[in-house]
Amino acid sequence: MTATTEVGGPGAGRAEVGKARLRKEDRHLITGRSRFTDNMVLPGMLHLAMVRSPYAHAKITAIDVSAAKASPGVMAVLTGADVAAEQGSLPNAWPITPDQKAPAHGAIAVEEVAFAGEVVAVIVARTPAAARDAVELVDVSYDELPVVMDLEEAFTDKVLAHSSLESNKSATWVFDSAEAGTGSSVQEAIDNAEVLIERTFYQQRLIPAFMEPRSTVVDPTGEQITVWTSTQIPHILRLMLALTLGIPESKVRVIAPDVGGGFGGKLQVTPEEAITVLAARRTGKPCKYTETRSESLQAGHHGRAQVQRLKLSATRDGTVTGLSVNLLADMGAYLGLVTSGIPILGAFMYNSIYKFPAYRFECNNVFTNKTWTDAYRGAGRPEATFAIERLMDELATELGMDPLAVREKNWIRHEEFPFATVAGLEYDTGNYEAATSKAVELFDYQGLRAEQKRRRESNDPIQLGIGVSTFTEMCGLAPSRVLGSLSYGAGGWEHAQVRVLPTGNIEVVTGSSAHGQGHETAWSQLVADRLGVPFENVEVLHGDTQISQRGLDTYGSRSLTVGGMAVLAAADKVIEKAKVVAAHMMEASEEDIEFTAGSFSVKGTDTSTSLGEIALATFAAHNLPDGFEPNLDSDATFDPVNFSYPHGTHLAAMEVDTETGRVSIRKYVCVDDVGVVVNPMLVEGQVHGGLAQGIAQALYEEAVYDDAGTLVTGSFVDYLVPGAPDLPHYITARTETPATSNQLGAKGVGEAGTIASTPAIVNGILDAVRHLGVKDIKMPCTPSRVWHALQAAQTTGGVQ
Amino acid sequence: MASSKTITVEVDDVSYTDDVEPRLLLVQYLRERLGKTGTLIGCDTTNCGACTVHLDGVSVKSCTMLAVQADGHKVTTIEGMATDGLLAPLQEAFHQCHALQCGFCTPGMIMQSASLLTENPHPNEQEIRDGLEGNLCRCTGYQNIVAAVKSVADGTVYGDSGVSTTVDDAETAGVS
Repeated sequence: MTATTEVGGPGAGRAEVGKARLRKEDRHLITGRSRFTDNMVLPGMLHLAMVRSPYAHAKITAIDVSAAKASPGVMAVLTGADVAAEQGSLPNAWPITPDQKAPAHGAIAVEEVAFAGEVVAVIVARTPAAARDAVELVDVSYDELPVVMDLEEAFTDKVLAHSSLESNKSATWVFDSAEAGTGSSVQEAIDNAEVLIERTFYQQRLIPAFMEPRSTVVDPTGEQITVWTSTQIPHILRLMLALTLGIPESKVRVIAPDVGGGFGGKLQVTPEEAITVLAARRTGKPCKYTETRSESLQAGHHGRAQVQRLKLSATRDGTVTGLSVNLLADMGAYLGLVTSGIPILGAFMYNSIYKFPAYRFECNNVFTNKTWTDAYRGAGRPEATFAIERLMDELATELGMDPLAVREKNWIRHEEFPFATVAGLEYDTGNYEAATSKAVELFDYQGLRAEQKRRRESNDPIQLGIGVSTFTEMCGLAPSRVLGSLSYGAGGWEHAQVRVLPTGNIEVVTGSSAHGQGHETAWSQLVADRLGVPFENVEVLHGDTQISQRGLDTYGSRSLTVGGMAVLAAADKVIEKAKVVAAHMMEASEEDIEFTAGSFSVKGTDTSTSLGEIALATFAAHNLPDGFEPNLDSDATFDPVNFSYPHGTHLAAMEVDTETGRVSIRKYVCVDDVGVVVNPMLVEGQVHGGLAQGIAQALYEEAVYDDAGTLVTGSFVDYLVPGAPDLPHYITARTETPATSNQLGAKGVGEAGTIASTPAIVNGILDAVRHLGVKDIKMPCTPSRVWHALQAAQTTGGVQ
Repeated sequence: MASSKTITVEVDDVSYTDDVEPRLLLVQYLRERLGKTGTLIGCDTTNCGACTVHLDGVSVKSCTMLAVQADGHKVTTIEGMATDGLLAPLQEAFHQCHALQCGFCTPGMIMQSASLLTENPHPNEQEIRDGLEGNLCRCTGYQNIVAAVKSVADGTVYGDSGVSTTVDDAETAGVS
């Protein structure tokens, strides 16, 4: 049984937590004093430009760099052969099976290229223009090899993506509830099904499309290599660059200055980062590489790209009896940092908020001749949520039930928490009833259903559909033991340090490095409350491995639920240390010291002292208890014991013009339950941005390749990141069911909107046109696809 | 390499005279020659608008203009928007309405919004969205950007409580 309150409840008694504090990090960004990597200039700095393969699969037979080397301003040209001995192989930190196959992945291709855009040579020149000019002068001879672009075709192994591998299959990963002891046999459930829903869904390739193109500056002068780079993961990058390039870790410093968005796309150890280090080391000069947008779209990692074959069995009353998931997951040409594990993050989420008794998940990871896939906002969980939420709508249709009713029939009731799921997780808390009833009310569900009926009856050319999406996700990545059991190469803890300066000002050092989320503001609120100091007196430092030595960085909605807890734990240690000094100063025993709102007082007296006074006394160290180290600074490392499980209900009213196929969002309501909220303004911002990306998958975006392996959507002219006119006004609200897995009760919010909105939109479109015979529409649901689906339904009465 | 040309451009109220290659883009001139790194490059194809500046008071995408074309003109960048240490109303509104997250689109978004409000001082929500069509943001989903522009058009004067009231207002407004 879990308690759920309307927004503002648990935060109410606190001064800072729960308050919509304006951001500390805004001022330099709105005035143009930004510190993005490409803004950096260092003395004698050289500029890199990449020579990239135009072919998706080819042998490199010769490279002639003589003309490029002679070009004005060119200082060096590097090929794969030049750096083969030192470039190592870029890391994959998540071998999902012991026999996982992966090709070697040098930063610069040596003998063979496996996707169009792969780097084959590097120009190092005095100016960016000189470097780019010389790219045209490198003469690379290729022998073209057959390409395999289609995922299902790749699975057949008729054409191999890599000559060095005997198969395109990288790994097969299976979870079966009967084998795991978490449920019964899916095959039995399917054999005995009263209703069986079988569907195949396609998760198109998406591109993270952060607004700041990736940029890296490397300074090799001095005894340490300093790397400024546009990354989400300075700590992981430091370790991985050291391991990959054979540099002692202590000789590498990584700084993530202002980072212009990531969305998983900057959760990577990139070839270009390794190359910039190699070039700087070769030349002895600072080097900079900044990608063009086309390079970013072509050679940065992509996301999604799965074929989902699904079977859902149920009884006629709408009770689901089993779910079988068979995935093909497109790795692209290589395994990036966590490429292979992305589908596995979805494996635990197909059962979503429901009490399915039987579940089986099988995933085949497959290579193709495209840039590799990896984390993109939600990473495995949006795919899972899309599949199950589409299936629940299909089940409702099959049985003639309301889509909300079929969900309610199957979901975990709030009094049933904590709940052990069929996928092997333990959900601590949740209240799907509360979020859904609030969403239904805000949406005017009944009113819109009535209007839908009227429009159907009058054959209105504009049909109305209602899309339902209830979801949960596993956030707060992650308990280290769980990661270990899944063969991930690292833990999931986070580190923080709280320092008390002599003035009483506080420095908070966090290993969780922000790139737009607002950590500086939120962490200040946490610490201001815990230490009883003014919000303004807290400074948050992050994103530099020399300042924040330990950390596992920012992804997977983990910052507050893991990193924030480390901050609180460190603050608590400061209080414990300060109590010792306070007792000494006030000549009382430690047990009699009480701490409230920044003041240390002696129980039962009016004697008190402040943290500031204690800080100064500690700094001076003239009169401290014997053996007390003159320092209040404290470190803490937090390793979560469980994931957190945000959830919510999203409802979309979709209008479909049946004459043109044009789709528009009439109304979008989401009620998210992300637990206790530190800053509602930041939370709402995360929800808005998440919704935009989820809606973009449903309606606008797809990375399209031609048969030869060229990315057709290679610029923002063709890759349609939605603009302001393409997106609706979102109606957002929250319920608050605190998590029990952390002391604050927070659950994480970074990915929620993206996960929930895609199925809401597509379910809404189908709900508008299903009665016209349309059974499915592939994403993105462009006007052309919707129109063709309607035409096909009219002429054949069948599927698109 | 082609021969250089001498240009004189007034940028953020300072006059600069420089020899530039004819192919040098205005945004490169601003960033690489003048150190005006507040203006950013996001796409190279005139789609994202991160590089938006004003040329004689009208918004232009500085990645789609040559530096030589700015010869004799007055350019305003995001760095010239605040005066005497006071933020321009749009800058203050973006802060108050949480209209930025990573901040990369923000300079261009503010410059375009300023141009939009000059053309149409009292736009409705749809007119704001249409007016920002050429500026992409990947973080905010646009709602708070639209709210920020609208608040300036509506003449909202923000206090300095350090706490946003606009978010709750927006939630309430959405509910009703």
